[in-house]
Amino acid sequence: MTEMFSILFSNWPNAAEWEALSLSLRVSAIGVGSALPLAVMTGYGLARWQFPGKALVEALVHLPLILPPVVIGYLLLVIFGAKGVVGAWLLEAFNFRFIFSWTGAALTIAVLSFPFQVRAIRLAVEAIDPKLEEAASLLGAGPVDRFFSLILPLALPGIIAGAVTAFSAGLGEFGAIITFVSNIPGETRTLPLAIYSALQSPGGEIAAARLALLSIGLALAGLIAAEALARRTRTRLGL
Amino acid sequence: MTLHVETRHTWPGFNLDVQFTVAAGGVTALFGASGAGKSSILKSISGLLKTDRAEITLNGTTLTSTDQRVMLPAHRRGIGLMFQDSRLFPHMTVRSNLVYGAKRVGNTDANSLTNISGLLGIEGLLDRKPSGLSGGEAQRVALGRTLLTKPQALLLDEPLASLDQARKDEILPYLQRVASEADIPILYVSHSIEEVARLADHMVVLNKGKVAGDGPVTDVLSRLDLFPLTGRFEAGALIQGEIAEHDSAAHLSAVSFPGGRLWVAAIDGPVGSPVRVRVRARDVMLATNLSADQADHLSANSRLDGVVSGLRADHSGPFVEVQVTCSGGSSDGSSGGGDALGSTRVLARITHRSAQRLGIAVGKPVTAILKSATVERRLKGLTPKS
Repeated sequence: MTEMFSILFSNWPNAAEWEALSLSLRVSAIGVGSALPLAVMTGYGLARWQFPGKALVEALVHLPLILPPVVIGYLLLVIFGAKGVVGAWLLEAFNFRFIFSWTGAALTIAVLSFPFQVRAIRLAVEAIDPKLEEAASLLGAGPVDRFFSLILPLALPGIIAGAVTAFSAGLGEFGAIITFVSNIPGETRTLPLAIYSALQSPGGEIAAARLALLSIGLALAGLIAAEALARRTRTRLGL
Repeated sequence: MTLHVETRHTWPGFNLDVQFTVAAGGVTALFGASGAGKSSILKSISGLLKTDRAEITLNGTTLTSTDQRVMLPAHRRGIGLMFQDSRLFPHMTVRSNLVYGAKRVGNTDANSLTNISGLLGIEGLLDRKPSGLSGGEAQRVALGRTLLTKPQALLLDEPLASLDQARKDEILPYLQRVASEADIPILYVSHSIEEVARLADHMVVLNKGKVAGDGPVTDVLSRLDLFPLTGRFEAGALIQGEIAEHDSAAHLSAVSFPGGRLWVAAIDGPVGSPVRVRVRARDVMLATNLSADQADHLSANSRLDGVVSGLRADHSGPFVEVQVTCSGGSSDGSSGGGDALGSTRVLARITHRSAQRLGIAVGKPVTAILKSATVERRLKGLTPKS
């Protein structure tokens, strides 16, 4: 038992673990970060604008939450695969491909985390009194000006909370990633994929357990960081 | 410098259809009960609301015109609007709030921040966040923020409505100062006669989306037909006059006006300074055939001789409102008396029974008797009109 313990809790992290961990962090951060601007626009639009087809946009935004991850991965493959509509064009025009690459994993996380981010941003924008925008416009601020001087700073705690939550969720993405970009060590093998691989190989239980512990720690740290960041931002903004 | 407003809109169950002009120099009150359409008018003027039809011009510039298909966006109108709630930006300091508009309209004069902060007494608050301000402080900052945009017209949307009496008394002097210093059209929305009496020179009375009365405050407030709108209990005449003399031993001042004079509790200011006093209808007593000897046995200090010029009877209640036009022959207990030409109207609320007993009818000579203790004198000092 003590031996088991020492194996579990020594030499953190080993090379393979570090590879999976750093890849997960990078892929999730880039995925969430690249979805953020569009998520802010979408969240703002859904909070403030009335337009025909709004219900459809809402449904589309929330689709990744409801669809089975495997279906997402499949759809990404259809669209961005080497023979996909967009994928084939990207390959030809820029010699760029998502499949079998960490960029594909990041794209997957961007798509999957999008609804989380939009939701958080939308709630944050809805919480901003529209009367403040009226006041700003009477003080000479146009729409774009009001967005950057008022909406963005006031929604920042919500935007940060949404991004960090999406980042944490992104670290755990499995089904869609493995379907879309496969399970390549050092390229697309993120933490969950590494756990899966460890469990597939004989005698990999300890490795799987260590990776699982790593995941749990990471998730907790993410949640705590989100809360602390949001609180700090609120204080700084005087809200 | 004038703001001309013409706006029309139909909502389910409510029609707005108004037309009025706000001149520069002095304050025009937009007066009406809640739901009379005041806020919609302000929104229409400031470009926050597009009404069915509107023609709004400021100093000859078209802001909104349904005919010409013009609808200038709110941020390009050069109109300052101070709201009932201060609407300060919570994530900025008071200083950043103050310069927010100034920066956007290109007012880079560093002195103006100092001047306005001084004028409004908010120099000490500049580095605070709005969450740490009292209601009165927040409203002063909001006013300063608006003034720093150097607006071509100033709209004040019940800026005191959310404050208690002490805070109102704290802000009113600042508003009076701003009103007397800014030479732009100022529209002050209110449903408080007291605020109107203290601030406004002109008055537009709204009733259910229509203009019911429009003119100098003193005229509008003494109109019998507007009584139900201007508020029965508080209604009364506003008298513009000047300080005639002080009786410092008695702590009284005499205010003279066309058609008479009356004694009120002491007012600060040299003889000759313009003042405004308000005489509530419910505080005025009427007498007929009052002899000088009888008058000497009354405690009331002021009597105004006049003629009944209007009656408004409310047959569902005990009272009748009597408009008395006082045109000299004032007998105020002092040796002077009858010291001004012209006339001033006061209102008296008496019972039907008394009116019958005294035979009150239009054309009947009467004496209005006023107790000094009832005269509202903490009103604005009038600035001479050019």
